[in-house]
Amino acid sequence: MFMRGLKRKCFDGEEDIEETLAGIKAIPSYNLQRQSLLDMSLVKLQLCHMLVEPNLCRSVLIANTVRQIQEEMTQDGTWQMINMQNTGQASVDRLVSTDILCRSSREQAEGKHVPGYSTFSKDFEGDQAQDSSETMSTASSVQALRNLQSNVWEMENSQENKGNFQKSLDQIFETLENKSPNSVEDLFSEVDNSYYDLDTMLTGMMSNTKMGHCDGLEPFPSPTTTTSSSNCKSDLNELDHIVEILVES
Amino acid sequence: EVGVRAGGGNDIQWCFSQVKGAVDDDVAEADIISTVEFNHSGELLATGDKGGRVVIFQQEQENKTQSHSRGEYNVYSTFQSHEPEFDYLKSLEIEEKINKIRWLPQKNAAQFLLSTNDKTIKLWKISERDKRPEGYNLKEEDGRYRDPTTVTTLRVPVFRPMDLMVEASPRRIFANAHTYHINSISINSDYETYLSADDLRINLWHLEITDRSFNIVDIKPANMEELTEVITAAEFHPNSCNTFVYSSSKGTIRLCDMRASALCDRHSKLFEEPEDPSNRSFFSEIISSISDVKFSHSGRYMMTRDYLSVKIWDLNMENRPVETYQVHEYLRSKLCSLYENDCIFDKFECCWNGSDSIVMTGSYNNFFRMFDRNTKRDITLEASRENNKPRTVLKPRKVCASGKRKKDEISVDSLDFNKKILHTAWHPKENIIAVATTNNLYIFQDKMN
Repeated sequence: MFMRGLKRKCFDGEEDIEETLAGIKAIPSYNLQRQSLLDMSLVKLQLCHMLVEPNLCRSVLIANTVRQIQEEMTQDGTWQMINMQNTGQASVDRLVSTDILCRSSREQAEGKHVPGYSTFSKDFEGDQAQDSSETMSTASSVQALRNLQSNVWEMENSQENKGNFQKSLDQIFETLENKSPNSVEDLFSEVDNSYYDLDTMLTGMMSNTKMGHCDGLEPFPSPTTTTSSSNCKSDLNELDHIVEILVES
Repeated sequence: EVGVRAGGGNDIQWCFSQVKGAVDDDVAEADIISTVEFNHSGELLATGDKGGRVVIFQQEQENKTQSHSRGEYNVYSTFQSHEPEFDYLKSLEIEEKINKIRWLPQKNAAQFLLSTNDKTIKLWKISERDKRPEGYNLKEEDGRYRDPTTVTTLRVPVFRPMDLMVEASPRRIFANAHTYHINSISINSDYETYLSADDLRINLWHLEITDRSFNIVDIKPANMEELTEVITAAEFHPNSCNTFVYSSSKGTIRLCDMRASALCDRHSKLFEEPEDPSNRSFFSEIISSISDVKFSHSGRYMMTRDYLSVKIWDLNMENRPVETYQVHEYLRSKLCSLYENDCIFDKFECCWNGSDSIVMTGSYNNFFRMFDRNTKRDITLEASRENNKPRTVLKPRKVCASGKRKKDEISVDSLDFNKKILHTAWHPKENIIAVATTNNLYIFQDKMN
């Protein structure tokens, strides 16, 4: 879904050109840092699957942080479901200094420029390589989170879940310990749902994703091979369609 | 009177008294102290560790000739409270780490305490034995039974003194009532019931009954996808046996009255400070999460600890705290790094002194902080083996937030975030404090003149 028409952060047109240019330069910095925070948070949520029993308070706080970032990115217009390919692996390598994020909004208003976009497509064309990799990882990261949320907190019907998993989620869980199929079947057998909460889910999740098929997904062309905006737009249309199917309403 | 100084945090001169634990820098994980608690008289000091052990120290009787110091604390009893368990259904280990210890008030010669790990609460009886019966007719001294036909005379067995033996025995085990991790236990002022709180539920127990408990708070959403808030701490009011509070990860405290309904899902009071919009960042919620809540001894106030501050609330005022003390505000600009290394999730505790005039809490670099509510002065001290000499007054520490570092100040970047003081306790009557670093327990006293 294109973000056209969505309210974007105010970009004061009366500012002089220099400030505008400086503002545009500051944009990737804030967004990169925010993206970095998002990636870091998803890595943390992964890691807590590996613990003895994840600390629920910590997981909830991290998930709330991810949700906040997601909401801000949605309002920003940076939330784009361009490509669901698995460049979305949350990578610790991509972490950048997140100094700016520590500043309060007041400090940011005083000293820094508020990120903004003139138009959605212009930005996309303008810095395709960087943006697309950012946004793709954003898209798959957040999609991963949505699945994570819906499936991690409580075990639902396993059969439904399998169809909904994406490759990006596979990647997130690939570092987890692989459980034997037998133990997975035991977990999926009829048991009182309330007994299996966050912690149980996480040990069962891994094998679930490995076993699940992402039948509905076709591999998408790598973003780096896409050079013209028209190609991207047709991909986007396909993507919207796929995303609508995948995302549980 | 003119010239008389009111007692206060800065007016107390704190001196090193003792340190317990290994000297090694290499900390064995089982030795990590996880809770510290004085009993009601202050004579006993209990610690729990990650290995599931409880160590109780007892204060020596004051020596009249040694008027310059109060009695030392020496090991009184050590026992294994909890063992690691394995939950086969979930394929997960249940840690033996002792999360909390709470003492019961003493009713007879024996002492009782509650200790809990993530899932199970135990009531322990600690009793002394300093005599033993001797002179049985049918048993030899070593315990072997005598052949009754060899008994020619009868005698009355007598008690003879023996070396003091302190025995700890589990009297009650309260299990299988918590799906999530227990973070708090609190004994009611009726001394018959107590509460245990996990991330989503609070249960009420009777000390005599182990096979059932009453659920009094349940914040688990029907759909776990909607979970955004957990319970972080809970405590009974010190005087009102129907009142308790619980804090949340969103920085709220709810006061509940058990007379209102069986399930206290609807609070009687909600304490929450409105957020300062100018200070908002992605980390606002995390740092607002309350890690500890403690009623004052009087019961009129309660104190909460969040990541950067300590707040005192008047129970009659819900919309904001009456006092706020910054513990380490210089960390506010470092929240990203602290989020990355998980320090932002550290749960610091806090405590009141006996007269509710001073509050204390821990920080990083083995620093701990005290705030005098009357004089509004605060002090930062360090728990370190370098200040080892008894009766040497501890030197106040200062962290340099930015700019030019003065002599003796420590810059924020040099702080050791692995050295954290999460657990502190204040003697109920005296100016004696117990401060736990990772694996050492420090005892400080005020300088007696």
